[in-house]
Amino acid sequence: MSNLRILVATKRVVDYAVKIRVNAAGSAVETANVKHSMNPFDEIGTEQAIQIKEALAKAKTGTAEVIVVSCGPAKSQETLRTALAMGADRAIHVESDVELQPLAVAKLLKAVVEKEKPDMVILGKQAIDDDSNQTGQMLAGLLSWPQATFASKVELGDKSMTVTREVDGGVETIKTPLPAILTTDLRLNVPRYASLPNIMKAKKKPLEKIVASSLGVDIKPRLETLKIAEPAKRQGGKLVESVDDLVDKLKNEAKVL
Amino acid sequence: MFPLASAARLQGQARLAGSRVAQRIPSVIRIATVAPMARTRTFSLFSKAAYAASSSAEKVPLSSERYPYLKRDPSFKKLSQEDIDFFNSVLPSSAISQDASDLEGYNVDWMHKFRGQSKLLLKPSSTEQVSKILKYCNDHKLAVVPQGGNTGLVGGGVPVFDEIILSTANMNSVRSFDDVSGALVCDAGCILEVLDNYLAERGYIMPLDLGAKGSCHIGGNVATNAGGLRLLRYGSLHGTVLGLEVVLADGTILDNLSTLRKDNTGYDLKQLFIGSEGTLGIVTGVSIMAPKRPKAVNVALLGLSSFEQVQAAYKRSRDELSEILSAFEFFDEASINLVKKHLVAGNNDPLESSHPFYVLIETSGSNKDHDDEKLTQYLEGLLTDEVVQDGVVAQDTTQFKNLWAIREGIPEACSKTGPVYKYDLSIPVPKFYDMVEDMRARLNNADVIGEDKDVEAVVGFGHIGDGNLHLNIAAKRYSDKVAKVIEPYVYEWTAKHSGSISSEHGLGVFKSPYLHYSKSSTMIDMMRRVKNMMDPQGIMNPYKYLPEEKK
Repeated sequence: MSNLRILVATKRVVDYAVKIRVNAAGSAVETANVKHSMNPFDEIGTEQAIQIKEALAKAKTGTAEVIVVSCGPAKSQETLRTALAMGADRAIHVESDVELQPLAVAKLLKAVVEKEKPDMVILGKQAIDDDSNQTGQMLAGLLSWPQATFASKVELGDKSMTVTREVDGGVETIKTPLPAILTTDLRLNVPRYASLPNIMKAKKKPLEKIVASSLGVDIKPRLETLKIAEPAKRQGGKLVESVDDLVDKLKNEAKVL
Repeated sequence: MFPLASAARLQGQARLAGSRVAQRIPSVIRIATVAPMARTRTFSLFSKAAYAASSSAEKVPLSSERYPYLKRDPSFKKLSQEDIDFFNSVLPSSAISQDASDLEGYNVDWMHKFRGQSKLLLKPSSTEQVSKILKYCNDHKLAVVPQGGNTGLVGGGVPVFDEIILSTANMNSVRSFDDVSGALVCDAGCILEVLDNYLAERGYIMPLDLGAKGSCHIGGNVATNAGGLRLLRYGSLHGTVLGLEVVLADGTILDNLSTLRKDNTGYDLKQLFIGSEGTLGIVTGVSIMAPKRPKAVNVALLGLSSFEQVQAAYKRSRDELSEILSAFEFFDEASINLVKKHLVAGNNDPLESSHPFYVLIETSGSNKDHDDEKLTQYLEGLLTDEVVQDGVVAQDTTQFKNLWAIREGIPEACSKTGPVYKYDLSIPVPKFYDMVEDMRARLNNADVIGEDKDVEAVVGFGHIGDGNLHLNIAAKRYSDKVAKVIEPYVYEWTAKHSGSISSEHGLGVFKSPYLHYSKSSTMIDMMRRVKNMMDPQGIMNPYKYLPEEKK
């Protein structure tokens, strides 16, 4: 019989399908009036936590409480509501209107972990807005917990988990004691839809708000963004009239022959 | 900025989103944005032929054999070398083809139901070229079939005998866009999705959307008065088309390319060409009114237990969602079963259990918080009053697209096991689903549905908001017996309930004999007079649209 507490970190990001535009000043990506959603890897993390909870309930071998946490401005609560509608039990919003870099988020999460004492923290391997891929690893370092990153399969054992990770050479399977950090890769699962009954229930689930400054950690940005620019526009293709023409273009324009 | 995640996500959904008109679309087109659209697309034009040749097109019987009552009009001239010489003087050699393998994809429709025997494909790139070609054809009485993206469902865009195929594929430029009024003027061969992407970059949207958007041409959309998924919100092309440029059978260019919203000066001639299926002239340019692109879009999929509930949900949606409602689509359990079996492979079913009916609701508005609140209130009301049993709301664009992919994947899923008997009917909504049930019972009684039998499934889906039912009978093979059970019963049934035998697919070669089920002889006679006046030689898309005249 195990009673787990799982903390899932989620981030509100510009929806993956939105065409990104750089703002006029070239200082940031345009986010006003742009559709935002939960970071896809965090959605996978939320799904994984709910699946663990469901599996334990089904096998009658234990229970799990799924807590979702998001650090950021007031709008982050939308993402938390989504996670609650998917099936998370309660939510914590660490509110901050200043820019949060991975180290700051890791420190804030550490403070939440110390308060909630979860057996496992699940994070997306990266957020698709800044593609940092750092927060999970930093949090493991700050907590001195073992970490299993880029998980494509998770099996829960007794006070441990066995994680399959996709690495360059193939797949690697590791076992780690709990508590531990887990970061999700794309193939771990397919997140569920938020069902109507769950969306209604989610409204009544508790959402605790904590002001970031009250956690007493230094969240000042360490990195300064100098410039943001769009990649160069792709040149259109060209039709060649003949083989000679092609050879000529390869030689003189593309300079590959 | 999002390379990893977005690429990976896209992979995951390619199976779904790509399923629309799917594999036959050259990938170039699907991802094309406006810059490469202009004139550089010619290289991909013959890939359709490659597709057709590599598939089962060889087995498609000749339309002239399938419809033995159709006889080649002996008064039409047969193609000669002088004709080819003339066309060579008008068009560059790359725009003319007599090669049988090139022609294959143009002679056969995409459903592999109709096959013509054309020996010549012309791809003019300007209105003047079209005019010269038609004048010559009219003078020499050569029959012509205009063709857009060849995505039609009634065999209207492919030849029956040896008609010359005139493709609009090389006419694909945007001519102008007015950022204040939203009036878009473009060539007839522009692909619908390319236009929609063009407008998306400018904050506008095409007023129509259909499953075939990755291949269909706007000219073909206009010529067939295509309906589709946004009709509920933006109305039909009879309202959104502001003007047309049409080349008449004798080569006259009718320039009615107005961008005016209001214009009460004389007969509204453009209306005559909308839905005329190329029998009166060839649409070469389109002026269309583009609405502003909605900033907030939501999609929900609901499971319901009866068709009465579907109607109740629709009625309430008009009350409670009213101005933000942009689609109300329905499909039955048989439809989703086919999609799951053939396309989705069921690893992430949106709803936990099966329901007899499904409804897909889309809202589009300008304020997300406002829309969310309205939609949530509406859905909660439906759930509390037990109008719906279950439902999901898309939380991000992936889910949004996947939910739409289920609805849009139905026609393709139907065609996976073999030929499909497709009917596209307008029926008063209360009687809507009786049609499907009656047809199912009828085929059951005839003992043709099931394993080892000719018919796999009878499915009903469509646009509730427009009173438009798609009745698809997915078969494993063509059989005369099945055809006789279905027809003319389906048309008689529709006529009895004052419906239309063709809601948005048109008549083509498939439905023209049944026109009298929806139109009186006086009206058909008037249509003939219009046709004879506009095309006295009868060269424009012959053997179709109007029923054979009894001599």
